[in-house]
This record gives sequence, structure tokens and C-alpha cells, in this order.
Amino acid sequence: MKKVVWFAVLAFAYLGARGQTPPNARIVRLSELTSLMSRPSGNVMVVNFWATWCAPCIQELPLLEELNASAPDVDVFLVSMDLDLDPDPQKVYRFVTRRKLQSQVLLLDEPDPNSWIDRVEPSWSGALPATLVINPHTGKRIFVEGQLKEGKLQEILAQVR
Amino acid sequence: MLTAAIAALVAFAPPKGYEVGDRVENFTLKNVDGKMVSLADYKDQKGVILIFDCNTCPYSKAYNDRIIGLHKKYQPKGFPVVTINANDPKLSPGDSFEQMVARAKSKNYTFPYLFDETQEVARAFGATNTPHVYVLARSGNDFVVSYIGAIDNNPQQADAADKRYVEDAIEALLAGKKVPTQKTRAVGCGIKYRNA
Repeated sequence: MKKVVWFAVLAFAYLGARGQTPPNARIVRLSELTSLMSRPSGNVMVVNFWATWCAPCIQELPLLEELNASAPDVDVFLVSMDLDLDPDPQKVYRFVTRRKLQSQVLLLDEPDPNSWIDRVEPSWSGALPATLVINPHTGKRIFVEGQLKEGKLQEILAQVR
Repeated sequence: MLTAAIAALVAFAPPKGYEVGDRVENFTLKNVDGKMVSLADYKDQKGVILIFDCNTCPYSKAYNDRIIGLHKKYQPKGFPVVTINANDPKLSPGDSFEQMVARAKSKNYTFPYLFDETQEVARAFGATNTPHVYVLARSGNDFVVSYIGAIDNNPQQADAADKRYVEDAIEALLAGKKVPTQKTRAVGCGIKYRNA
């Protein structure tokens, strides 16, 4: 019995240290991301490319979270590029949990960005952050590279709607 | 009013910069040793591996030893490395001139690490990321852009890269052949431009 208790304690400690996958975060391949971005119906999509190591990305996160919470006709996807540099997703999961992020977080697992950046957005240099706003009904897309300033998202949404 | 609007547009326009095949204007910037370095100082070389880099970006850290390796391998063959930091220290305090001096010292840089304080050189090149490489081939007294992009295709592990873009470009130039891949893109840190 004592052994069983110890095993349970150790197992919990291990799981706690590893962290759990937040319900709104998952790993995706490029094919899943591109089919999501080209879906023919549904809400306007704001697809934000970010990473936990990117300071301007973290600074603009509250704007995206606020939009996700306040606009029921907009879906915000936070596409983490962390796996490009570090294959362990735990750092992103811990970040999502600690910051209590509510938007959907997609960890893009796709090597060799030079082979696919064009398919996401031809004008993207690859630098982070970058944001793509897509209206699935009209197919209209607006792309912004660099940190979003207050009000910029609303401005783009008005153009794309 | 109109002038202000145009000035604002210019300030917010993303840098366009050089393309492969363009002739590069000379520039002069301050090195970590306090001396001024010009591109024209390299007139007796076959070319220059020009890299926009910085202290703080995790991609710059991941590629730091590979940059040192490029200089070690290609400086004797006439293609030395020159690095430039263009990040605004107000936006990225770890990229101040003092911090650059410290990095160059701790990593024993044997190549220049120049400070692009006005960001004019980075804008002229249209550099967006760190590290962002421009392989320049000398043609008479001019330098011509021969490759733009990433060092290789695996930021995690140097030995796991199966495309070594910069090395392939220089080997081709040394052999008098056409550069196989002239332009690549990679995920990375954006250069911290003022008013951007």
C-alpha cells in the first residue's frame, strides 16, 4: 500500500513538472494550417505568427487576446513558431497556461521554412511577429509584418469585412 | 501636412532593399574596436559574407558558431565575414554598442561586428531578420549581391542541415559557376527598426 502511495506521489510530481497540454493548444503540420486558412466559410480569421522568445510578439498578445474575447465573429489563431528552434513543446504549453491564453494556439511543426513560407504568404520575410487576416467568404487577405499597434487590428478587420 | 503624410509613409514602408544582381553602395560603420570599416576596404578580396546579426535573437545565438566557422573556412579563400547589428538599442537594450563589444570579446571575433546606429545600411539592403546573409561578390571595384537569405536550413543543429545555402553560394562563386539557390527565407527575429 505504502508503495502504491509513493508511486502515485511520484507520478503526480512527474506530470506536474512536465505540465499538461492546455486544451486550446495543439501541434499542427503545415497542411492542417493551410487548409484552415483556406476554409470556405466561417468566422473571419486572424492568424498571428509568434514565438515565446519574441519580445514584440509577447507585447502584442494582449491585443489579440482582447479581440478573441470581444469579437464573436472573429477566430484568433496564435501560430507558435517555437518548434522551429526547439522541438520540445512544453515551453509553449507552460506559457499558454501561465498567461491563461484563451485563443487557439497552434504549434507549427514543419521543417525547412524556406520551402513553405510562400504558401502561407508570399510577401512574408519570415520575421516574427507577422499577422494575416482572412475573410473566408470573400477570400480577402491582409498581411502585416511587425508588431501590431493599438487599433491596427480593428483597422484591418474593417478593411477585410 | 502632405509632407508629414509622405514622411509617415516613408517611415512605415517596409524596407525594400537590394535584390540578387544589384550593385551595392559603399558604406562605412563603426566596428567594436572603435575603428571605422568600409565595404571598400575589401577591394582586394573575392567578396564578402555580409551578415545582419545581433546579440539577443535566439536564432543569432543558434547560428553564432556557424558564423565564426564561415569566417574560418572562407576568409582564407577570399570571402571574409562582416557582421552588422542594426537593432535599435532603445527597442532591444541587449544590442547596445557596449553589449556588442562584450559579445565580440567573449566569442573572440576575428571579423568586424559593426554598429548600424542610423539603420541606413540595413534599410539599404532591405534586411529583415537576424541573422540575414548577403553574399557579395566583387566585380572590379564593385560588390554585387549574389545570395540573400539564411545560412542553412536547420537552425536547431548545424550537422542536420541538408541545404547549406551560403557555403553552396560561395563554392559556386569560387568555381566560377552560377549560385544554385539565390534567395531563401527563414523564420527569425525581425530587425528592430525605429518607427516600424
